[in-house]
Amino acid sequence: MTETARYRLLIAVLAMVVALLFVLSLTVGPAEVAPLQGLSALFADDDSLIGLVMREIRLPRAILGLMIGATLGLSGAALQGYLRNPLAEPGLIGVSASASLGAVIAIYTGLSALMPLALPLMALAGALCAVLVVRLMAGADARPLSVILAGVAVSTFAGAMTSLALNLSPNPFAAMEIMFWMLGSLTDRSMIHVWLAAPFMVFGWLMLASLGRALDALTLGHETAASMGVDMRRVQRLAVIGTAASVGAATAVAGAIGFVGLIVPHLLRPLVGARPSRLLLASALGGATLLLAADILVRVVAPGRDLKLGVLTAVVGAPFFLVLVLRARRQMA
Amino acid sequence: MSRLAVSNLAASLGGNRVLKDIALDVGPGEFVGLIGPNGAGKSTLLRACLGLVPSSGDILIDGQDLRRMAPQDLARHVSYVAQDRDIAWPITVEALVDLGRQPHRGAFARPTEGDRAAVEAALERMDIIALRARRATDLSGGEKARVLIARALAQQAGLLLADEPVAGLDPAHQLALMQVFRDLARHGTSVVASMHDLGLAARWCDRLVLLEGGRIVADGPPATVLTADLLRRVYGIEAYVTETGGGLVVQPTRLAQTKNEQQN
Repeated sequence: MTETARYRLLIAVLAMVVALLFVLSLTVGPAEVAPLQGLSALFADDDSLIGLVMREIRLPRAILGLMIGATLGLSGAALQGYLRNPLAEPGLIGVSASASLGAVIAIYTGLSALMPLALPLMALAGALCAVLVVRLMAGADARPLSVILAGVAVSTFAGAMTSLALNLSPNPFAAMEIMFWMLGSLTDRSMIHVWLAAPFMVFGWLMLASLGRALDALTLGHETAASMGVDMRRVQRLAVIGTAASVGAATAVAGAIGFVGLIVPHLLRPLVGARPSRLLLASALGGATLLLAADILVRVVAPGRDLKLGVLTAVVGAPFFLVLVLRARRQMA
Repeated sequence: MSRLAVSNLAASLGGNRVLKDIALDVGPGEFVGLIGPNGAGKSTLLRACLGLVPSSGDILIDGQDLRRMAPQDLARHVSYVAQDRDIAWPITVEALVDLGRQPHRGAFARPTEGDRAAVEAALERMDIIALRARRATDLSGGEKARVLIARALAQQAGLLLADEPVAGLDPAHQLALMQVFRDLARHGTSVVASMHDLGLAARWCDRLVLLEGGRIVADGPPATVLTADLLRRVYGIEAYVTETGGGLVVQPTRLAQTKNEQQN
């Protein structure tokens, strides 16, 4: 039972850290607001400038950081469990690339300039296309490998189309805007973004969270899992659609933020006795921790330079990925 | 009623007919050895009986149509030990064996006393109590094999299908496993295990089913299946077969003459 006790402790600690970082995130920003003053303004029902800054700028940013981090951590843990591969990450099934493509099309065609909400909506449509194609290509075949292959094909195609849009962009400013958007950021998001993304994310979370048992069984391979009463087709459906809905929504409002979904499950796995079902909640909290911390960091390290969140996570994540690959190679040798 | 009743079973993999016209009936408490050369269809037959490969024909599990059973219900009737012993994550041996209780539990239910007792019994039966806190991925091949069998035992299904369960076990653990299967059978569980060791199959199984090219070519007590003639024809080997006080002894000695000549 010590393993269970340790798991509960981990969850409690992570939840507290997330709460702390959430509050901290509210107190950081270019507008000079004293922390306590800001926090009290958040709940005050007045039209003061501070209240406005807190409610319209900082609160959505903190909420999105929490939700997107949780999404990336949870979907990374679910996909690693489903594909039985510690190198799997949410981008693997093509959702991030397709959502990005949708957003890029919105910028490229000028739709997003006419109507700001066109960007996230197009991104969501892109994610939807990805999930349809992946499901169609993986088809009735319940083997996880077909999902990986389909995802790689979709990612590659979406990436190529994004490059094409950059290549043919009408002017350098459009290209810049596309580039900057793709770097991933939580700057200047509003509550509308929160309300747009939240339903998809919550829907996706519920689907992914219901996978716990099946993922535990999948530790022994998909045939043994099937013999233990796991319906592999249902699992594929939940894993793919759950990831697409939550990660698609995350990408739609914040751009592609890499490596969180890869690193967080990996870091937390030893702390939950490697059980895939326990890794789900732990990774969701861990992802929220990492993203909130990173988003605070980009504001503190380079205030006024708009350091992109996706750049920071990649700069930290890429070396980590290298270490992972090296360690995996050493184990195989 | 039969634990497993198969008739007219046929299955194809990648366009090749792997099983043809299979009829097999396994009653409660039978320990059946599934033998045959590589590629004869042993694994496919076991997997077809779990609905893991598409097949045509009838498969009844405890009288119910396999294809109409809900997955979790099926898992309470049949357990399976796969040939593949790959364990993806370093979970503990105890957690791994406990996975066998999943079909008996609701989605978010905690383990009951019955679950714990089943896990303890399985650990004890497979002689792995000392390994319970170890990481399953750190174990030796033979230890992994025993842990995975314990997982299937914890499932407490009336029918156990095992694909080459003795492969990679040392002689002592091979004999111990045969004893476990025999004990299970004595208490009413039906066991169907594919195996390559004809000596073990001869001495421990109640009944042998010999597959060749996807068909059953012999089915009966070991003495009627493991004849020098059939072994020569199906396996292309000469074997020393004799009845002793301790049971049937089968020892392959050399390749059969005709096959040898063809190879030269």
